[in-house]
Amino acid sequence: MTDGRAPKPAEPLFDLSCPVPLSDYPHVLLAHGGGGRLTQRLIEQLFVPSFDNPALSEQHDGAVLEIAGRRLAFTTDSFVVKPLFFPGGDIGSLAVHGTVNDLAMCGARPLALSAGLILEEGLPMEELRKIVASMRHAALAVGVPIVTGDTKVVDRGKGDGVFVNVTGVGLVREGIEISPRRARPGDAVLVSGEIAVHGIAIMSVREGLTFDTELVSDSAPLDGLVEGLLAAAGEKVHVLRDPTRGGVASALNEIAGRAKVGIRLEETKIPVSEDVRGACEILGLDPLYVANEGKCLVIVAPEAADAALDAIRSHPLGRLAARIGEVVADHPGQVVMRSRIGGQRIVDLLTGEQLPRIC
Amino acid sequence: MRFVDEYRSEESVRRFAASIRGLVTRPWTLMEICGGQTHTLIRFGIDEMLPPAITMVHGPGCPVCVTPLEMIDRALAIAQKPGVIFTSFGDMLRVPGSKTDLLAVKARGGDVRMVYSPLDAVEIARKNPDREVVFFAVGFETTAPANATAVWKAKKAGILNFSLLVSHVLVPPAMEVILGSPANRVQGFLAAGHVCTVMGYREYEPIAAKYRIPIVVTGFEPLDLVQGIQMTVRALEEGRIGVENQYARSVTRDGNVAAQKRLREVFEVCDRPWRGIGVIPGSGWRLREEYAGHDAVRRFDVGTITPEEPSVCIAGEILQGLKRPNACAAFGTACTPEHPLGAPMVSSEGACAAYFNYGRAV
Repeated sequence: MTDGRAPKPAEPLFDLSCPVPLSDYPHVLLAHGGGGRLTQRLIEQLFVPSFDNPALSEQHDGAVLEIAGRRLAFTTDSFVVKPLFFPGGDIGSLAVHGTVNDLAMCGARPLALSAGLILEEGLPMEELRKIVASMRHAALAVGVPIVTGDTKVVDRGKGDGVFVNVTGVGLVREGIEISPRRARPGDAVLVSGEIAVHGIAIMSVREGLTFDTELVSDSAPLDGLVEGLLAAAGEKVHVLRDPTRGGVASALNEIAGRAKVGIRLEETKIPVSEDVRGACEILGLDPLYVANEGKCLVIVAPEAADAALDAIRSHPLGRLAARIGEVVADHPGQVVMRSRIGGQRIVDLLTGEQLPRIC
Repeated sequence: MRFVDEYRSEESVRRFAASIRGLVTRPWTLMEICGGQTHTLIRFGIDEMLPPAITMVHGPGCPVCVTPLEMIDRALAIAQKPGVIFTSFGDMLRVPGSKTDLLAVKARGGDVRMVYSPLDAVEIARKNPDREVVFFAVGFETTAPANATAVWKAKKAGILNFSLLVSHVLVPPAMEVILGSPANRVQGFLAAGHVCTVMGYREYEPIAAKYRIPIVVTGFEPLDLVQGIQMTVRALEEGRIGVENQYARSVTRDGNVAAQKRLREVFEVCDRPWRGIGVIPGSGWRLREEYAGHDAVRRFDVGTITPEEPSVCIAGEILQGLKRPNACAAFGTACTPEHPLGAPMVSSEGACAAYFNYGRAV
């Protein structure tokens, strides 16, 4: 895209002074885990080539393996949230929901989970009990057992209280094939509810940032919602994604890249609550890049879009679901949004973490 | 959302865009001073709604972008000193110095903390009396009152382990540099609404008179921008010079008098180098002698700093509005937000980042 109005050449006024480029960072930065471009680079340049195999190179929320004629979904996720207890949940329930949701995004019914805990020396036993109870409740609510686990303790100061890893396996439903590659031009893009809630709820209670809000995390298991969706729209559902780190923008960019299609969004159609919009305005954040924990993106064939939306809306977690855009053949690999005022912008992958601005 | 949606109404924006089309009889080149305004233009696609006769050039109003390399290197050197807690707004953490950036200093064990307010940094100093707490005071007139208040409070409360690394810059002298240049193409300015909220707009009146141009104090929402552009174009078409105020819901001619008083109490005007432009006389603030004990430059001996300059980046020309980001050979290839050659690609207000993130890359 050019604007066709390149400025006339002009003589510079002064000698230029600019910083020397940074080469690749020689150390891991927090942004390598932020879900944006640096994370993607790490995956594409280190992990995928190192472990190269067909299931991995799908780069879905979980791997799908053919075993004895059945398709097994297999996924793992580690949780390092600070603070451990936040409005609407805690690290325990978050970890169970996160892994259950990764399985759900493969079109699978969860079968069993594992729990790996890395504890910091000095963690109050009462906090550990609360977290474990919360994991138990979350797993019971979904009806999935935690069948194996592991515990390690690190020196005081070497961990943030608790790190949790939850691995899960599930069976992919018959006749269902969900993959980011299956997005095709004409498909509708749906979101199951208001976005950016979890990220802002966590930020509202972080040290150093105080603002009054009623926001609670949207952390929730999506297997029930997906069950209803697949019953209504079946194989017409092409892609499912829970837009966690990096938010809706990063998830849609990954899908556009994998399927080599374009995605068009309508800014005014994307559900964002007043509280979240207000917080984002103050902090200079874009809700499209803020994490979600109980929401999913659905890419569905156009003829089944209404049925899919009705099915999602009939579930308690999906009442505010909306159709936010469509898959197009133009601009493959890119997400383009029609702005609130009718202009257009590309919604790119974020480089690192979103950093609040100066002014 | 009240007080936001009103200023992002498609119908209103289109009405002003149509009005601009009706007014224009010949080409005009306008500069928006502030990086926040640049981002609104690009993020909402306003630049594409304007008639081709209107060229918007992006000004030097990004605090991160104009902070000199020497100052970034000084910040990095201080942040690596044992016992120091180095605090900053998020934007500055990714700006590369000659060899590294604050995020990488943090990854190697430096105590670098992002804060949301300089007063939080004072609080960190109060809680950690055995550590030295430094806040990187970067920005235009907009952020200066809060920074001045932080150091004023620290002095009053006897918090001696708190200091400011000051790199404050002022808008009017930079406007004069742009207008006084033989290469200048700018015929009208959108002045930065938040700077004027603090400072008022009296100081722009002599500039408008001297260079015979219209200056319109403008806000940051899409409707503010199209109205500011419309008012500037109308003034140009009607041959009017002088200062007009689009952002009257926030800006008065005298500005925030209480904030100005605090600023004068804590800071004094000094010459200041701007990245990509050079030293502009009287274009910065530094701490007054009474606050020498809270001045990080005087507190921390970091030896001689010799910044290393690259050659390909055209940040200087971009910051002066002589070139657009996508006119740079490195744009989007050698220079991207994760490996920036210049600060305009790093900052959330930088013109290059606006072009890159909102898809003016190709």
